[in-house]
Amino acid sequence: MTTSARVEGGLAGICATRDLVVVCGAGGVGKTTVAAALALEAAVEQGGRVLVLTVDPARRLADALGIQALGNTETPVPLAGRVGSARGELWAAMLDPRAGWDELVTRHAPDVATRDRLIGNPLYRDVTGRFAHSHEYLAMERLHEVHTSGRYDLVVVDTPPSTHAIDVLDAPGHMIDFFESRLLRWLTAPARSPLLGLASRPFYQVLDRVLGARFGEDLAEMFGLLALLRPGFVARAEQVRQLLADQRTAYLVVTTTEDVAMAEAGRLAGELEDRRTPPAAVVVNRGTPQNLRRSLKPGAVRDFDDRNNRSSRTVELAASLEVPPEVLASVLVEMARRLEDLSGFVEREQQRLREAQQLAPVVCRVPTLDVDVSELDTLLHIGRSLWRGAPGSAD
Amino acid sequence: MACALGLLAARTGRRTLLVELEPVGAVASSFGSAPLRFEPAEIDPGCWAMAMDTEASLAEYLRLYVKLPVLGRLGPLARTFEFVAQAAPGVREILTIGKLCHEVRQARFDLIVVDAPASGHVIELLTAPRVVHELVRVGMVRDQTAWMLDIVERPEQTGVVVVTTPEELPVNETLEMVGRWQRETRIGVAAVIANRVLPEPFGRLEETVFERLAMAEHRDLVRAHLGPGAGIAIEATRWAVARRRLAAQHLARLRQGVPSGMAPVLLPDLNLRTGGRRLVTQLAEHLDAELDVVPR
Repeated sequence: MTTSARVEGGLAGICATRDLVVVCGAGGVGKTTVAAALALEAAVEQGGRVLVLTVDPARRLADALGIQALGNTETPVPLAGRVGSARGELWAAMLDPRAGWDELVTRHAPDVATRDRLIGNPLYRDVTGRFAHSHEYLAMERLHEVHTSGRYDLVVVDTPPSTHAIDVLDAPGHMIDFFESRLLRWLTAPARSPLLGLASRPFYQVLDRVLGARFGEDLAEMFGLLALLRPGFVARAEQVRQLLADQRTAYLVVTTTEDVAMAEAGRLAGELEDRRTPPAAVVVNRGTPQNLRRSLKPGAVRDFDDRNNRSSRTVELAASLEVPPEVLASVLVEMARRLEDLSGFVEREQQRLREAQQLAPVVCRVPTLDVDVSELDTLLHIGRSLWRGAPGSAD
Repeated sequence: MACALGLLAARTGRRTLLVELEPVGAVASSFGSAPLRFEPAEIDPGCWAMAMDTEASLAEYLRLYVKLPVLGRLGPLARTFEFVAQAAPGVREILTIGKLCHEVRQARFDLIVVDAPASGHVIELLTAPRVVHELVRVGMVRDQTAWMLDIVERPEQTGVVVVTTPEELPVNETLEMVGRWQRETRIGVAAVIANRVLPEPFGRLEETVFERLAMAEHRDLVRAHLGPGAGIAIEATRWAVARRRLAAQHLARLRQGVPSGMAPVLLPDLNLRTGGRRLVTQLAEHLDAELDVVPR
């Protein structure tokens, strides 16, 4: 199988052989952080130019990278003096939907006049700029643009939470359907006839009744202008669709050990499978720290409980430590509880890792950091665990 | 959290409607009920739930308000609607808010709790009526958005509950969100809830004793008394203390960052293996204890 060569070496192997890594998962599982950490690690370890791109309007990537702000333009993340030695460069960008649409329209408009009229249309601004769902196609367009530019060896893209993640992947198809649909032709057909204004179509008359006269006219104009952009849009959307289905594009599903996150991961993996782009890897984030996992022996909770239930021992120990026995007793009760928690975490994590292995050939565990570190260091730590892979539950 | 709020409201005597906006089915799975539909179903005594469906909302809207003679021809209309909604995505938002406001106006329920989409999208959703209102100067839609705004932008009627966890990025995001609600919208933030707050493991005295117990020089002594599991028990406890300390720092930032008078409501980390109704019920009880809800 050709894929087995690819999965060797876990995420490092994926980053080395693919051009594009799409990171998806439920909200709040740490997707943005994982995307940034993976990109950082790839830049540091494998060299080349790596771009991390976020389509999440919540703007968390700048936080994670510890840089002031992120805009539509790709910005280098200063690594010198912040990481030991980096072989490559890390770049980051966030999608600003308004600037994105303007670029798109400029690219596909047949002439400057069409472009200016569309950009000047009062509905255009609000439709493209202020509503969340127009992010999706743009995100994928941008991805394609960045990918084909040849400026980067690897692009890691962070997607919105999973209900929207699928929207993102479907966006090029929707765009094609939209421009190819008979409805658009029907709605815009009279525009070709100089005799009949677009806004006089019955559809727009109904709209006018409901929405008021200007709105119908503006909408008609917008549809008319958008129809002029059709050939460019359709060709591009088709390329974007191909990029998303390409062998060199890898999908990475991020989850935590929580039920909701895991259920989302399963659903997402299923949808990716249906699209014939099954996830290349699952990252189980926020695991128990490595040292705790390693030293937890089976039966530890029971042994500890048995021992500290014997009050004579507690009294003796309290005397040796020169502390009040009743306080020590309550400390031991608390310790037993924390040990039980830990054992519960580890057990659940094992179960989750087994479930994750059903979803993708590579499974990675990222432990929670038990030290408080600054942003870029945190990312490096996480990047290291991603790289080492800890594939499967053997670890 | 939306489920817990809904359940609490219902159990304190308010007829409550829970609305799920995203087609994930978290509400149904939390209550172990059948998948939700557009038509509200009672999933717990006094607590009803529905799933938003913008097309059904459009049909209802046309039937109730426009009285357009299109009832028999909804098929092509739905297709046109799909198309327009794709090109002008604000349409979906308006239909969602429109349905919610319609239910508020109908007054079939005392409280409507909406499980909103992730933070980046929710501002666009709730400000859609304002955007359209300013866009459309005359006509029926302007009248429609006017009464919606009257509900959405009145703090006695509508409030946003921001839920976060005491971690770095969620707190940053929450502070940014609260700022945006206040700067960019006329919609009021009713409360900030910090969920999954870890309990303080030790009081001061206990902490001193634990530190002494955990000292390296006492290692053999402690092992002799407490057995070989003592080491990992100490590590597990240290981890819990460290996590709690980190969380406390983020909570402090949250407290400082939210406007004065809006102290965050703290809910404990319940650490239940399974979610579902048990989790929702316990969360609702904790919420009740924190908020001291007056029964109706």
